[in-house]
Amino acid sequence: MGDLRIYAALAGGKWRSMLSYRASFAAEMLSNLGATVLDVTTVFVLFRATATVGGFTLAEAILMTGLTALGFVLADMTVGNIDDLKRYVRTGLLDTMLIRPLPVLPQLVFTDLPLRKLLRVAFGAAVYTLALAANHIHWTPARVLLAVLTPLGAALFFGAIFVLTASFAFWWVESGEIGNGFTYGGRDFTSYPITVYSNWFRDLFAYALGFGFVAYQPALALLGRTDPLGLPAWAGFVSPLVALPAVAIATLVWRTGIRRYRSTGS
Amino acid sequence: MDRIGASVLTISPSRPFRVSATTFGALVWSGFRRYATYRQATIAGSFTNIVFGFLRCYVLLAVAAGAVGNRPGGYDVEQLATYVWVGQGLLSVIGIWGWTELADRIRTGDIASDLLRPVPPVVSYLATDLGRATHGMLTRFIPPLIIGALFFPFSTPDRWQTVPLFVLSVVLAVIGSFGCRYLVNATAYWLHDARGPQMLWTLGSGVLAGLYFPLRLLPEWLTVTLWVATPLPGLLQTPLDVLVERDSPAVQAGLVALQAFWAVAMLALAALVQRRAERKLVVQGG
Repeated sequence: MGDLRIYAALAGGKWRSMLSYRASFAAEMLSNLGATVLDVTTVFVLFRATATVGGFTLAEAILMTGLTALGFVLADMTVGNIDDLKRYVRTGLLDTMLIRPLPVLPQLVFTDLPLRKLLRVAFGAAVYTLALAANHIHWTPARVLLAVLTPLGAALFFGAIFVLTASFAFWWVESGEIGNGFTYGGRDFTSYPITVYSNWFRDLFAYALGFGFVAYQPALALLGRTDPLGLPAWAGFVSPLVALPAVAIATLVWRTGIRRYRSTGS
Repeated sequence: MDRIGASVLTISPSRPFRVSATTFGALVWSGFRRYATYRQATIAGSFTNIVFGFLRCYVLLAVAAGAVGNRPGGYDVEQLATYVWVGQGLLSVIGIWGWTELADRIRTGDIASDLLRPVPPVVSYLATDLGRATHGMLTRFIPPLIIGALFFPFSTPDRWQTVPLFVLSVVLAVIGSFGCRYLVNATAYWLHDARGPQMLWTLGSGVLAGLYFPLRLLPEWLTVTLWVATPLPGLLQTPLDVLVERDSPAVQAGLVALQAFWAVAMLALAALVQRRAERKLVVQGG
């Protein structure tokens, strides 16, 4: 309970500091929402030129986009701020967090209270729900369960990717934008049917890194479509489990990184 | 006093042009050297540009595969691939994102020392930005192009004027982008914290400059409106359309003229806003 009060105090401090710049907070909230709106609009714009992309219709593609959007913004709202770890490591600010009797990860999360991202989550959920309604899904208990678990699995998976890529900073302070290639790049990858990509690039992102199981495979299972790339039908139903190894690896790398961290001394 | 003044690097209409040009050149060089120190960030940034190049290129080619005549927005497959990869290369040359230096200096009060210098802030920041863009052109422009050309078919220009027009268009895009970013940063003179406008800019500029998809995929009236009424297509879409020869030679040249108009207009507006701000500025901090 004591710990919770401390986190609440950290979050409250951030909240008050944000309220002193109200206009900027409103603008941030709107542009956060706008970013997700744009991702979805882009899919509509692309489908103006063609009826199917990679063999999938607009409604089917939007199901994958909506799933991705909801899962990604959930992860972004909770651990997305960890992007800032580079700055904490470079400036030595991380020292302050290490000497407090609390784990570092929750501190980083609560120090930057991301309430400005709430509207995005609502929008992501709306797109996902509408996409579920727009496709003629043959509902079974297994599919209902899958429809509920998939966004959570996606959120865990993206959260793990956020933590993993941010942990690069422990080994390589100037890793700069490399993490974005996997976090935001991963989001863009899973927003479309993976049939649009080819060769080693698809194998790398979809199977080696696991992004193919975030939205594409579960969407196939919900829609009752067979995978044109040849994975069996049950693969879609177990896809959310891909989050578990991702979280395990992220935890391991994070712990190793924290232990390896040496202050800048400045 | 005069002798001291003569040794100061100034930019002013009352000085000989040669002196102003030398000072401007020195500032460009300092901008170049500053970015040349971040070598690892250059590598990391190129890597990310390349990942997004693959993602966008595959998606647009999949759209082309299903589009009427395989030409979405009037681009063939080679033109689309060139559009995406050259766009990824130009992204950090144009530098539409991430410049908050002016806003930070206004917030902290450091802007006071800029105002004491014998060079107007708009001019000195433009010079360092041109140095940054030159560095970007020499380091960040090439890697995505090479990778893209290895994996995708590229279009090569047929007209003699395309390459010179493209170079001119890139310079104008850098100037136009600088003007816009200066204005966004300058809102800090009135708002103190420019993070909100910065985020709106980051959001709008990418899509309206044609980074996520070529603007020609939008309804025609919207594309034309954006082009005529905003400087944004001039930041990325124009140089790319010029390079892939999307239009007839006359339209190609006309687009660059329109882009030039907007670049000059944004720069003039930035200078105007700076003058107004100086009249009301209360320097923050101690």
